[in-house]
Amino acid sequence: MGKRVVVTGMGVVSPNGVGIPAFLHAIQNGISGIKFMPRYQELNFSCQVAGMPAFDWESLKTKNYISEVVFHGLKGTNIGYGLVAAMDAWADSGMDWETEEPRWETGCVFGNSIADTEAMKNVIAKVDNKEAKKLGSRVVEQAMNSGVTSYISGRLGLGNKVVTNSSACATGTQAILMGYEFIKDGYAKRMLVGSTEHVDTYVYGAFDSMRVLSRKFNDTPEKASRPMSITAGGFVPGSGSGALVLEDLDFALERGAHIYAEVLGGSSNSGGQRLGGTMTAANSTGVVRCITEAMSMAGVGPDQIDLISGHLTATNADRQEIQNWITALGRGGDDFPLTNSLKSMIGHSLSAAGSIETVASILQIVHGFVHPNINFEDPNPEIANLVSLEKLPVKMIKKEVNIAAKANFGFGDVNSCLILSKYNK
Amino acid sequence: MTRTEILDELKKVIAPYTTNKEMLASINEQTDLIKDLKINSANLVDIIIDAEAKYDIEIDYDSADKMVNVGTCIDVISEKLNQKA
Repeated sequence: MGKRVVVTGMGVVSPNGVGIPAFLHAIQNGISGIKFMPRYQELNFSCQVAGMPAFDWESLKTKNYISEVVFHGLKGTNIGYGLVAAMDAWADSGMDWETEEPRWETGCVFGNSIADTEAMKNVIAKVDNKEAKKLGSRVVEQAMNSGVTSYISGRLGLGNKVVTNSSACATGTQAILMGYEFIKDGYAKRMLVGSTEHVDTYVYGAFDSMRVLSRKFNDTPEKASRPMSITAGGFVPGSGSGALVLEDLDFALERGAHIYAEVLGGSSNSGGQRLGGTMTAANSTGVVRCITEAMSMAGVGPDQIDLISGHLTATNADRQEIQNWITALGRGGDDFPLTNSLKSMIGHSLSAAGSIETVASILQIVHGFVHPNINFEDPNPEIANLVSLEKLPVKMIKKEVNIAAKANFGFGDVNSCLILSKYNK
Repeated sequence: MTRTEILDELKKVIAPYTTNKEMLASINEQTDLIKDLKINSANLVDIIIDAEAKYDIEIDYDSADKMVNVGTCIDVISEKLNQKA
C-alpha cells in the first residue's frame, strides 16, 4: 500500500481564463476562449481560429514571477505560461516562492511538446546569416525541451526529481501520473506537476496541412470547437498551461494544507501502433486497457465513476472514444456516466490539454458541478446511438461529483488516464 | 570617448543583467561584474554582445576573457574603439 496523494494547489493559464477564479467562472458558464486570428488568415491557413490565453507577458516581471534580469531575454511563450501556472499553484498551496535552501522534498514533472518555434526563428535567421556569435546565452535554456521545468524548479528551488515529459496530447495527464507515482512510492513528499503548450504559427501550420483542424467556422470562432457533433470538422488548436501541487497526504496534513482532492491512481500505456493503432490513431484495445488499468490501480469500480472528462477533440475519433469508454466501463446508454469535453470551450491545447482539463475536473469535484459541452446542438447520431444525450450535458449541472476519470490520447498511440476523487478523511 | 563617458554608457549596457540597481548606480572601475553586481556568469556573453552592438566594435575571445570588472571592460572597449578610429 503506497502513500495517499492529494492535490493542495492549482494554477491555470487557459484561453477562457487566466487564474483559477476566472477559469472556474468560465467553465461554469460555458464561456469560449476561441478567437479569430487575423494572422492565420494572412497566412492562408484553412483554420483561422485558436484558443489563446489573455496573458499579460509583462506580469511575469511586474508580479515578480521572475526577476527583471530573467525576464530580459525570455522569449519562450510556453515557458511563460508554465511559470505562471506552476507558481500560482504553488502560492495557492499556501507556500512562499522564496527559499534560500533547495527544497529537497519537492520535485517537478512538467511536460511540453516543443520549444517556441516562433522565438527560434530569430535563432535560425542569425545562424544562417553567419551571426551565431550574436545569439547570446539565453537561447539554449529556452530551446531545450526541459526549458520549462528548469525555469520552474530554479525559481522555486525544487530539489527532488525534476523531469520533463513529452507524450503528445497525453503529456499533461502523464505528468500528473508520474508525480503521483513518485509520491505514492515514497521518493518525494511533494511534486509540482503539469504541462504547458504554445501552439506557435509553425506548429499550427503543420496541423493545418494535415487537414485535422476545424475550418468551417472562421466567421464564428466561438462555434468552431464542436466535440461529438455532426458538424465537428476537426479540432481548434489552443495554448496554455495547467499545474497542480501534489503532496503526500500526511505531509500535507502536518503543515495544515488545504486539500482540494485526492489522486487515486492512473495508468499510462501505448497501443503500440498495432491492432488499428497508428502514429495518429489510437488502438482501441490499448485505450480500453489504459482506462481499465487506471480504475484497477485506483481501486475503483466502473459504477463509481461520476464524471468522464474526455479527450474528445472534435475529430472523427470522438465516436470511437465514446465506444472505448463504454467498453472499458461496461456502461452505455442511460447508464453512461456524465461526460464532457473542455475542448468545446478552449480547443485542444495538445501537451497542456491534460493538465488544464485535470484542473477543470478537480474544480468540478470541489464545487459540485458538471460543466457544459458547448456547441453540442447537433449531436453526431452515431454517438447518440451509443449513449443517452442527457449524459452529455449542454448546460451546467449542479451535482455532487465524487470520482472523475480524466483521460487523454496522443499521437504515437499513447494513452494516459487519471482517477480523481473528492478527499475523504 | 573618455573613460568616464564609456563608464556611463556601460552602466546602461549592464543594467538589464543585474538586479543590484543600487550597486549599479555607484559602480567604479574596481566593481566586479560577478562578485559585486551578482551577474550570472553566463550573462557576461550577453553584455559583450550588447557592447559590440552599442559601440559597433568586435570583441574577440581573448579580449572578452579580460572583461571581469568595470575597469577592464573600459580598457577593452576603449582599445577596440581606438583600433576602429
